[in-house]
Amino acid sequence: MKPTNISDLPRTRVSASPYKPRISVVPPAASDSFSSLAPPATPWWRRLLPGRHVTVEAAARRPAGQALRLYLRNPAAVTGTVVLLLIVLMALSAPWFYPGDPLDMVAQPLLWPGQDPHYWLGTDSLGRDVAAGIMHGARASLLIGVAAAAVGLGIGTLVGACAGYFGGRTDTVLVRLMELFQATPSFLLMIVVVSIAAPTITVIALTIGVTSWTTVARLVRAEFRALKQRDFVLAARSLGYSDSRIIFREILPNALPPIIVTTSVMVATAILMESALSFLGLGDPNRVSWGSLIGSGRDMLRTAWYLTAIPGSAIIVAVLSLNLVGDGLNEALNPRLRSRTE
Amino acid sequence: MHSAQRLAGALRRALVHALPTVLGIVILNFLLLQLVPGDAADVMAGESGSATKETMAMMRSHFGLDLPVWQQLLHYLDHLAHFSLGFSPRFNMPVMELIWSRLPNTLLLMASALAISIVLGIACGAAMATWAGKWPDRVLTLLTLLLYSTPGFWVGLMAVVLFSVHLGWLPSDGNMTIGATLSGWDALRDRLSHALLPALALASVFVAIYARLTRAAMLEVQTQDFVRTAEAKGLHPFTVQLRHVLRNALIPVTTVAGIHLGNLLGGAVVIETVFSWPGLGRLALEAVQGRDYAVSLGVLLLSSFMVIVANLLIDVLHAWLDPRIKA
Repeated sequence: MKPTNISDLPRTRVSASPYKPRISVVPPAASDSFSSLAPPATPWWRRLLPGRHVTVEAAARRPAGQALRLYLRNPAAVTGTVVLLLIVLMALSAPWFYPGDPLDMVAQPLLWPGQDPHYWLGTDSLGRDVAAGIMHGARASLLIGVAAAAVGLGIGTLVGACAGYFGGRTDTVLVRLMELFQATPSFLLMIVVVSIAAPTITVIALTIGVTSWTTVARLVRAEFRALKQRDFVLAARSLGYSDSRIIFREILPNALPPIIVTTSVMVATAILMESALSFLGLGDPNRVSWGSLIGSGRDMLRTAWYLTAIPGSAIIVAVLSLNLVGDGLNEALNPRLRSRTE
Repeated sequence: MHSAQRLAGALRRALVHALPTVLGIVILNFLLLQLVPGDAADVMAGESGSATKETMAMMRSHFGLDLPVWQQLLHYLDHLAHFSLGFSPRFNMPVMELIWSRLPNTLLLMASALAISIVLGIACGAAMATWAGKWPDRVLTLLTLLLYSTPGFWVGLMAVVLFSVHLGWLPSDGNMTIGATLSGWDALRDRLSHALLPALALASVFVAIYARLTRAAMLEVQTQDFVRTAEAKGLHPFTVQLRHVLRNALIPVTTVAGIHLGNLLGGAVVIETVFSWPGLGRLALEAVQGRDYAVSLGVLLLSSFMVIVANLLIDVLHAWLDPRIKA
């Protein structure tokens, strides 16, 4: 089916140019002076909350309170949230429990877990404390996961929003860009980029973000294509709002639920990607991460497999709890899915 | 005849659609690799330990590294039009030859992983959808979620500990027993036993993805009218599930399988390293570590092409699965 362009829709009050009406109900200048008289603007983050801005549209989905209740009634999602909070706590308190550098050699090498109560997760082949590595590794893994997801979300939302909102040629070009990134094996691309630039946390997070935005972009594009047909967008346009204002302040708040759901999955994927990178020895050599622990434990796989098993389990617990949170959010925010499964 | 025409039309449209993407990938990859600090001549000089300015300049002009970027790109496009990916300074052989020598191994690994993940994933997903909400669904949901959250390379490492080190059932590295002169069935068995663990490790995440997807798609299809009609006709519930529900649920599964081919290849890079599997992924890693433009560019390019071609085939497959799909 040919995508319906906004300019194809019957227009009565909007003038010839679909995006910048020459005759608007409230002239831009007037609306500006009006807003300066208005009470102090709501803080920016309030506008991001669904249900704040265009109440009719948000109500059609689900009020935030009801979504929260649904989420809290889901035992798997609550478990995931609690575990995730514990991991975050662990990452934050790592310097307090293990003040030294986790790369320092502190004890006799290759102590098995439980062999020495002081090093309860054992030590590696160089006598480094595994427990310290796991706790400090949580910092790198979570930091990269969150930063990469933020980059990916930013790019994906921007590209998807522009493609879905403007349609036409912009859409064609941006969809081609998405296809291009989707056809390139992202992990190969990531290896190339990380090895070109220095393997620091910033570069790794940026690279993972840059190679993983297509999923969000597709999602946001679909949402925008559906939402821009609604009356409130037409109303905003006839008020003479600029495109960027309509995109970010009118449509985006209503497109948030699927973006929120994707976020937790993106963080999970980024953590997995980072672990694979540092396992291959392409991670930041000065930081301990769960992947680099597996990489360095691999040499002792035949004799001391706990060095591989323990950090791997840490990755699984973190990623699993993120996925549980994602599934819970999906069920709470997506009424269509819920009505189908129950 | 009519359906053959339809499929040919679908193939033609898909081909035209893919062309700009192919060109975009060529240029993107080339520009990306131009950003690399230091070139192959630097690396070779560093490895040999000594090189005069003259030899460096000679090497650069020999491999065309001293030309302006746009000329290098034109050269590259020209070579590409003649199915040549250039020459690898590091491996000292044509890139195409290098890639061809590694490609079958990676294709074998990917194909077996894909087969395992699709068969297991669809079977799991179908079971979950059939008993939705009951205990088989709950157990399998938990299992697939666990698998979905586990890095494939870690599955591989743990499988080595269990099956190679402790049980001694399967070999832990390589793609065949080195030095053994096997033939016929023994050779095939040797190959398969080497491929089993890497293929399973690579498949692990995708089993979970396809299972979740099949479940969702089947639940979606089950609510549709034609399923009720089929049941009302008195068809056996098993036949309804297989012929009507599963067949229609396969469309999203195959679409996602196509999208994930690139990820499968990315996973192969790590799995090949774990199992010392002599494939494209390890070649790419070695090339990247050795700053060998031509090789990493070639692998990236060729694997992107593979993904595009596979997606073309999937489009045609869709036109066959669902006659309503035209474009």
